[in-house]
Amino acid sequence: MVFTKTYSAPPINQKEILRYLGGDKSEQTSELICDCLKELGDRLKYRVCYCELSVAINQNECDFSVFRLKSKDLAKNLNGSRRIILFAATVGVEIDRLIAKYGKISPTKALVFQAIGSERAEALCNLFCADMEKAYSAKAKPRFSPGYGDLELSCQKQIFSVLLPERKLGITLSDGMLMFPTKSVTAFVGLK
Amino acid sequence: MKFKDFLKENIVCLDGGMGTLLQERGLKLGEYPERWNLTHAEEITDIHKAYYNAGSNVVSTNTFGANSLKFSDAELEEIVKAAVLNAKKAKEQADNTKERFIALDIGPTGKLLKPLGDLDFEDAVEIFAKTVRLGVKYGVDLIFIETMNDSYETKAALLAAKENCDLPVLVSNAYNEDKKLMTGATPDAMVAMLEGMGADAIGANCSLGPAQLKGVIETLLEKASVPIILKPNAGLPRSENGKTVFDITVDEFSLEVVNLIKKGVRVVGGCCGTTPKYINALCDKIKDLTPVEITPKNLTVVSSFTHSVEFGKKSVLIGERINPTGKKRFKQALLENDISYILSEGVKQQEKGVDILDVNVGLPEINEALMLKTAVCELQAVTDLPLQIDTSDIAAMEEALRRYNGKAMINSVNGKRASIDSVFKLVKKYGGVVVALTLDENGIPATAEERFEIAQKILSAAKSYGIDKKDIIFDPLALTISADNNAGAVTLKAVRKIKNELGCHTSLGVSNISFGLPNRDAINGTFFALALENGLSAAIMNPYSADMMKTYYTYNALKGLDENCNEYIASAEQFVTSVTAETKSANTLESSYSDCQGAIIKGLRERSAEATKQLLLTRSPLDIINSEIIPALNVVGKGYEEKHIYLPQLLMSAEAAKAAFEVIKASAPQKETANEQNAIVIATVRGDIHDIGKNIVKLLFENYGFKVVDLGKDVPAEVILEKVLELNAKVVGLSALMTTTVCEMEKTIALIKKKAPFCRVIVGGAVLTKEYAEKIGADKYAKDAMEGVRYAGELLKT
Repeated sequence: MVFTKTYSAPPINQKEILRYLGGDKSEQTSELICDCLKELGDRLKYRVCYCELSVAINQNECDFSVFRLKSKDLAKNLNGSRRIILFAATVGVEIDRLIAKYGKISPTKALVFQAIGSERAEALCNLFCADMEKAYSAKAKPRFSPGYGDLELSCQKQIFSVLLPERKLGITLSDGMLMFPTKSVTAFVGLK
Repeated sequence: MKFKDFLKENIVCLDGGMGTLLQERGLKLGEYPERWNLTHAEEITDIHKAYYNAGSNVVSTNTFGANSLKFSDAELEEIVKAAVLNAKKAKEQADNTKERFIALDIGPTGKLLKPLGDLDFEDAVEIFAKTVRLGVKYGVDLIFIETMNDSYETKAALLAAKENCDLPVLVSNAYNEDKKLMTGATPDAMVAMLEGMGADAIGANCSLGPAQLKGVIETLLEKASVPIILKPNAGLPRSENGKTVFDITVDEFSLEVVNLIKKGVRVVGGCCGTTPKYINALCDKIKDLTPVEITPKNLTVVSSFTHSVEFGKKSVLIGERINPTGKKRFKQALLENDISYILSEGVKQQEKGVDILDVNVGLPEINEALMLKTAVCELQAVTDLPLQIDTSDIAAMEEALRRYNGKAMINSVNGKRASIDSVFKLVKKYGGVVVALTLDENGIPATAEERFEIAQKILSAAKSYGIDKKDIIFDPLALTISADNNAGAVTLKAVRKIKNELGCHTSLGVSNISFGLPNRDAINGTFFALALENGLSAAIMNPYSADMMKTYYTYNALKGLDENCNEYIASAEQFVTSVTAETKSANTLESSYSDCQGAIIKGLRERSAEATKQLLLTRSPLDIINSEIIPALNVVGKGYEEKHIYLPQLLMSAEAAKAAFEVIKASAPQKETANEQNAIVIATVRGDIHDIGKNIVKLLFENYGFKVVDLGKDVPAEVILEKVLELNAKVVGLSALMTTTVCEMEKTIALIKKKAPFCRVIVGGAVLTKEYAEKIGADKYAKDAMEGVRYAGELLKT
């Protein structure tokens, strides 16, 4: 069964945003980030859908019973987990609107919104994983997403067929296996 | 009985959830439920039958995800055929005496539409059309479009249904806790669009329980003149000892739904987590209820993909600046296909406070239908304001209305027979509020009475097309008082007469009143105030005019339309601060540079534009470019290459330089300031939709005086080649972000090398490296925009 959760906005980590911008510490850039955050306001939504999976690990293959994935690195990551959570998370479509808008009229702001969006999506994933740790009184391993290591991006299809994030959160998959809204993440998390 | 007749007189009960019941019967996670129509036909029939027996008047076929994206055409036909057959069997076998109907169930495609996603609007229409045609072929009674979380996709589905059948269409959306769709539309915006397009009932389903959907339903009831649908989940799911439970009971569910039926909901049912038990309990409670009568709301409303704008409260401001008439710089932008310029006009007007943007891109030299479609699509990516489609070209009007995500304002129809026939047909099909000019074959009448007569004639014609009075806004035409002293008085009288005697809203192109006179703003502002006092509902106007905006804010404050004078106070501050802000930023400039250079180095857009204006009084454009702008850019560019300036700062300076160039262009639009010899074609290759990097490159190339032709993103190799040949471009810049599209880049390079060997190819993008670039045959790998600029500069110098 797939569950849906909505979170309130995690605190903003300006340092992370600056890191995504290549380490720029100038006053102008900081001011610009502030302007962009102000424009962003509370337009983002922090939503996750997830389910619990069981896994049988066979050398290079993870058999989740609902589907199987060939990946040595994922197998290594999940090995020894008591529970496995598969999730999809998104901060919604508004950040894409801002990136698209400024892409046409102010590439600087588009770049900053891009960085903010990445920071927000990461923050949401961290929040969700911490929440799972608490709910299951367990320690979460580093999360593992399609495209990491030898895990093919094409496994998004299987992940989507189980989580149905199109319906739960409005995350869709392109033919090239990219997600829209773009600031979305799918990942496995092993709980020790 | 026909479903439409049944809907008129009764509370209609739909069915409940399908997914949960299928999972109980063994449907696995990841398995397509639609295939069960073929493999588990009896089970599907059983579920439908259980709903009919529980009291449902309508069951929906098991075709939620049955579309040509998921299934081949042949399998799709088999699935829909079997699904309808399964429902028909259940309809025959059910043993209650209620009216029973079958709805073709249509859910979202699972793709997000452009510009946010990758599915083209027309492709979406065709995907839905295929399923609709099959449903009709196999004999459903109605179409049920449900769980749509994007307004644009909802429009595509409804359009497909309307274009392919005459069956009733029910449309239901999935709203979030914030009472909006995932892509931002409010319930009132959805009512405007869906009612305009002729949906037979509209509503909300899935995502939440009946209690959480109450607010959405109340808005729908308040705004809609068609029956309202409520098909909620059985509350919210949670896990209990490994089992899924929903958080409200059968009783609570039916009670909450019944409460909303008493408020006016006419079509009910259940979504995720509901079972025949829920429907049974609901039907038990419904049977003694009398349906609440549905009353026409008579609201004049347009909408965008996020919100609606209602006429009749405060006057509605329609920004007139996206229009080439009398604007050299805008004409030039249209001829050069400079979409960014048009878009920035949209954004600037929104910042000034307009409610709607008029979009007129007609020029004899260009393909207006194509340009208007492009402008409408692109504007919808940068602004959430409703648009007013302004054209006399009917083909262009249809292209734009089709692609418009919402209920548009249409400018315009008039009393001529040909205009009435062509425009009203489109209004009926796509919905819209249409501006009707009070002129006809005999021209513009001199008196208010005659203009009023034309208005009456237009109204009766609208009625014959089934277009409601509320969707017509009359423009009794403001003509210049410099030609006829009485013109203002006549127009004001016509505004008053139309409002009082026809009960219709009015709009005026206010600025026309002063044509030919000096200090036009003064006349315009006063005329605007007079027109408002005579009942004007909307004005097509120039929001950059301080006089007009002052009139607007002061009028609202004086008439009690501005609570606590809040908007007036905010606007007053705006008029004062714009001066002081500039003075302040000027003080912070570094003294070793000129004003213009300092502004560019610091990345101050307004300041650099202002400084350039000053310089133009005494120096030539070329001199300013060569001895002010370029040196300043070089300072920043060098700093970036030496790594003590970062990308955001580089870009801020580039934008400030662009603002300076914009001033120069506006001062001498005929003279080509960029060198034609320096034409560069740039594009993101086919299959890739990332364009931030490409836009950065474009900006910097423009700064350094190159004429950049930006073909956009997802561009086929052939289109790029065609442009290169057309312009004889010596340099092409290609961008790709994804590994999957690098092969497309390779293909594009091969094509250019073969057909345009004179052209050098620069490539860039996150996935590329120098080695990779060499491997796919590129002439140059640029690690960033500055490197690209330097390379192109060297190349074009020789």
